Amino acid sequence: MPPDASRPRLSAPFRLSPLAARPLLAALALLLMFAVIVWREPRAASYLGLRLLLNFSIPLMFAAFAAMAVIVLGDIDLGLGPFIGLANVISARWLAGNPSLAALLLVLSLLAYAAMGALIAARRLPSIVITLGASFIWLGAGLLILPTPGGAAPDWLAALLRLHTPFVPLPLWLAVALALAGQILFITSPAGVVLRGFGGAPEALIRAGWSLIAAKSFLYGLAGAFGILAGLALTGINTTGDANFGTPYTLLAIAAVIVGGGEFAGGIVSPPGTVIGALILLLSGALLSFLDVSTDWQLSVQGGILILVLALRALLRKRDAHAA
Amino acid sequence: MTGDPGGGSAPFIRLEGIVKRFGAIEALRGVSLAIPPATTLALLGHNGAGKSTLMNILAGTLRPDRGAILIAGEDHAAHWQARRAYGLGIRCVFQELSLCPNLDAVENTRILHREISGRGWRRRTEALLEETLGRIFGGAKLDLRHPVGGLSLAARQMIEIARAFLPIPAPPRLVILDEPTSSLGAQAAEALLRFLPEAHRDGTAVIFISHRLREVLTHCRRVVGMRDGEITAERDAAELTPEGLVELMGSARAAATSDEARAKERDRVRVSLRLPSLPGGPSALIAREAEIVGLAGLDGHGQRASLLRLFAAAQGARMPDVRLDGRVAYVSGDRPREGVFPLWTVGHNLTVGLIRRIQRWGWLSAAQEREIAEDWRGRLQVRAPSIATPILALSGGNQQKVLIARALAAEPDILLLDDPMRGVDIGTKRELFAVLRDEAARGRTILLYTTETEELVHCDRTYVFFEGRLADEIPRAAFNEERLLRASFAHAA
Repeated sequence: MPPDASRPRLSAPFRLSPLAARPLLAALALLLMFAVIVWREPRAASYLGLRLLLNFSIPLMFAAFAAMAVIVLGDIDLGLGPFIGLANVISARWLAGNPSLAALLLVLSLLAYAAMGALIAARRLPSIVITLGASFIWLGAGLLILPTPGGAAPDWLAALLRLHTPFVPLPLWLAVALALAGQILFITSPAGVVLRGFGGAPEALIRAGWSLIAAKSFLYGLAGAFGILAGLALTGINTTGDANFGTPYTLLAIAAVIVGGGEFAGGIVSPPGTVIGALILLLSGALLSFLDVSTDWQLSVQGGILILVLALRALLRKRDAHAA
Repeated sequence: MTGDPGGGSAPFIRLEGIVKRFGAIEALRGVSLAIPPATTLALLGHNGAGKSTLMNILAGTLRPDRGAILIAGEDHAAHWQARRAYGLGIRCVFQELSLCPNLDAVENTRILHREISGRGWRRRTEALLEETLGRIFGGAKLDLRHPVGGLSLAARQMIEIARAFLPIPAPPRLVILDEPTSSLGAQAAEALLRFLPEAHRDGTAVIFISHRLREVLTHCRRVVGMRDGEITAERDAAELTPEGLVELMGSARAAATSDEARAKERDRVRVSLRLPSLPGGPSALIAREAEIVGLAGLDGHGQRASLLRLFAAAQGARMPDVRLDGRVAYVSGDRPREGVFPLWTVGHNLTVGLIRRIQRWGWLSAAQEREIAEDWRGRLQVRAPSIATPILALSGGNQQKVLIARALAAEPDILLLDDPMRGVDIGTKRELFAVLRDEAARGRTILLYTTETEELVHCDRTYVFFEGRLADEIPRAAFNEERLLRASFAHAA
């Protein structure tokens, strides 16, 4: 290599890096969507309006965080939705009548998730295959527990999700809390650096003496924990259980991570962005109905948002490559 | 050979009888080496001499199969691992960078140094990193908060080097630098070399691997030569000349000569590729009809890139410095990645390049396909029960025969071979070279890139590459390993 080609790049402290700009762009898009909704229906900006609008954002935000914990490794979790469904039916069937059994089963399923991470790391298996295989196990277990929709939510869980929080409804407080906690755990803390490092260059981390198995067990375990929270939230909101309730969350959660600035590979995620991404995908349905478009189009719109985000990103990357 | 500690002081670390095997290959066969504290020791050797394995063992990323790793009289070999090596003050700058591209310099530093934690860790680490970068490279200002994937190769290398020398918790005892100067710019490389004495004052020993002999002679105190997994010599740098260094790396073996008379060279030039040259080196790579031309040098110095340029030109890319006369075929030694269709049979793998020729009314003619496949299976003695055998049932050498047969079946005038004998056993290699010589005798031009010296003996002429430039052109009659090594290390005869 000729020596001149390798002159070091000078610092540019005032330029916002494109990666950091992504969650901001997502936030702008979210505000724009919300503005349109309020313009069509001013009551949406009230406490009660927000609460109705954002009711189902709680399980989606939890699911998105579960997906993020796996995507940060460069893995994909295709079993998340059925797993959420499993947590939903376990809690709907037993949490009210036999809480210790429900807790035991939920803890076991969490451990199973962590073990799946350890297996993927130890045998260097493709996550996409293992989690897809596991998805049938979660769904099957869910159907065994509740062959037909039913069960009930314990009163405390339903009450918790209806909690009247000061100033803004619960989902918004939760969004802020998740964004902050995620930012600390994944981005600013030294441990988060290591976790993201495993998504960027696992070999470099192994050379520095870190354990891939420990990292993957932890992150898959974290994904399991968020999956269970999503399942519990579903139980609390719906006050019933259905093994198929969770299924759409698999792809919605992944989409939320990507819309919020994450990448499928390379250890790039943004926890605040993921929260925003989840809200964007949730509001896309409401936006349609306020614009008098049939909600049949919701899936297409969600897909369209994803394609738009990825296309814009590719465009920006091209521009960056030209500028460099 | 046992290294005697230089300078009288006790060595910081002493390796004794280190053996490391990968399958059937013995990468290290009983290496003993003492590394004195606070000096720079150079490690020299050709590709595959075992340097990288030795470095990985020192860094704790590999554990030796046998032997002792002695530090302050204690043998650590049984529980040797990266964490322990780190705890004892050993840091390694690997040749392929080991930074995470998605993390910034500060974050990458934290990955190596677990002690970094607590409030304000970023600010403190950034200050320390900046200071260390300043000490080593002077004024170079780097963006330490930008993901390193977006920085230049040189900047990344500087960050990785500074990370290794960082005094956390104390200055390191041993830093291993594996070809650090090849991706740094000239200025930064010079700064790094001038920094070494300062590191020694902190008590840091350095192992320095480089292919630039001048650097080694001026900046290292001891020089260790490796070859075939063994240490061949250890000397004070002051006693050595560049020629002496080359001799350290290889016993000056006489070239294996082949007494078989080859068809006389014809004059028609089939391939010509203009390349920059080192002083005394040729200015272009020329290959004529009925000639086998070798591309040699250390791995990754422009040989493969040249073959790919030739192939791109054959595909119609505009390349003003390339002239080609005839049809071109390309065979890679990287079978799984770019050669074999793993689910297909031997026959289909062999004829896939001929689909256009073996059609009848727009349909593939199975009979013709079979005929061609059988013909080439016989000519190259592919050891397969039949052409219907799945290709993966064959040994690596026989798979490679199929790939070469595929290329030859297309009747090219020019055959580009990219390290084609990788992982092929000696017997099969011999058969393949016999085939290649036959094909050359029929007028084909063959360009062979290989890192194995023994294979170059089959070439009529060998071009030696160094950092993308031509260092030497060695005719078959004048070929010997010493001249090859000399040119590979940019010291043209």
